[in-house]
Amino acid sequence: MNMSRRQILILLPAAAVAWKSVLAGTPETSPNYRMTDHWWGMLIDIPKCIGCGNCVRACQAENDVPEGNFRTWVERYHVTDENMTNPEVISPDGGKEGFPVAKEDEGKYFFVPKLCNHCADSPCTQVCPVGATFISPDGVVLIDPTYCLGCAYCVQACPYGCRYIHPEKKVADKCTLCYHRITQGLTTACCEACPTGARQLADLKNPKDPIHEFLKTHSVQVLKPQMATGAKVFYNDLDGSVR
Amino acid sequence: MSVFKDAGHLFRFAGLFVLAFLVFLVVRHYIVPKSFGEYGHYRGAAIGEIAAHPIKYAGHETCEACHSDVLDVKKNGKHAHVNCEACHGPQAKHADDPASVQPAKLDTAILCVRCHEASAARPKGFPQVASADHSNGIACETCHTPHSPGLDAGGAK
Repeated sequence: MNMSRRQILILLPAAAVAWKSVLAGTPETSPNYRMTDHWWGMLIDIPKCIGCGNCVRACQAENDVPEGNFRTWVERYHVTDENMTNPEVISPDGGKEGFPVAKEDEGKYFFVPKLCNHCADSPCTQVCPVGATFISPDGVVLIDPTYCLGCAYCVQACPYGCRYIHPEKKVADKCTLCYHRITQGLTTACCEACPTGARQLADLKNPKDPIHEFLKTHSVQVLKPQMATGAKVFYNDLDGSVR
Repeated sequence: MSVFKDAGHLFRFAGLFVLAFLVFLVVRHYIVPKSFGEYGHYRGAAIGEIAAHPIKYAGHETCEACHSDVLDVKKNGKHAHVNCEACHGPQAKHADDPASVQPAKLDTAILCVRCHEASAARPKGFPQVASADHSNGIACETCHTPHSPGLDAGGAK
């Protein structure tokens, strides 16, 4: 085959890129896991949350989350008669080491664990200019770190503040719903470490999952329903003051 | 015919355009990863790469496979539904190689109060004590057995 110098110069970098992807290979996937059989979400039972911070620590250990960033965190709300619509919200270090002791008074206190809502119509995936973040066929919003440019459009687009730019990798990062665990039949690290069962992984496509009965019989809410994000993190007994 | 008299340069331009388009197609074929577009506008292989992340929390089923004695103690107590790694931390390495990787001894002074230190913010029915008044600095496990802290566990409460 005769090739001009120009053709070679054009093809060389392309071939190098192609060869790199060949060398990387295709990673193994779990043998019995079929993405089309699942549609993942989570249930958070507010009255059961004691604000211990176990979920935050478990998430950081499991997913190597950099210090100062959070894939999940816990907020403590304090609602009094004077500030019904504008409650005091604290989350010291994401609630990782718990919360300062609250004194008995007439106000209402409760904890709200937060994480990526794995929205079915997620604003973050829609704004990505390069197709680096996406909704997997089993309903988990994921980031391809090798494709992400770090432009942070998605960080701004997320109405729940669930994304951050990884300080070392300089790419967007967020909760994967422990995708490496749920595809192997385990629950997420936060659910595994939750001592009261306040967090429960839910498979909305599995008819045997207790989530269906729970949704029918409880007053369950998602965050910012007016934004029509199709959020799949369901909060039981959520106070109206939660933003 | 005079209209097409000078059309030659148009054809040359068109030829150049077609060539550039072909070059674009070739370059695109090599640059775009194979799995791009497999499931949607993203690299399909990324899903497998994310799923390949190592596991740190082994899961309580894994623990119970060996530590069935602890499970027997736990299952009738108040901590029956508290998973092992909620207190013991991530133990996948220990589960992979139980002989050489031993879990660290836990400090109940830190651990118990994380959940049970009295605070008005916690749900009302949840058992909680003001640790300073309750035990005056005596270690929790002096009276309570962590795996089964219920009334029948031999502890004070």
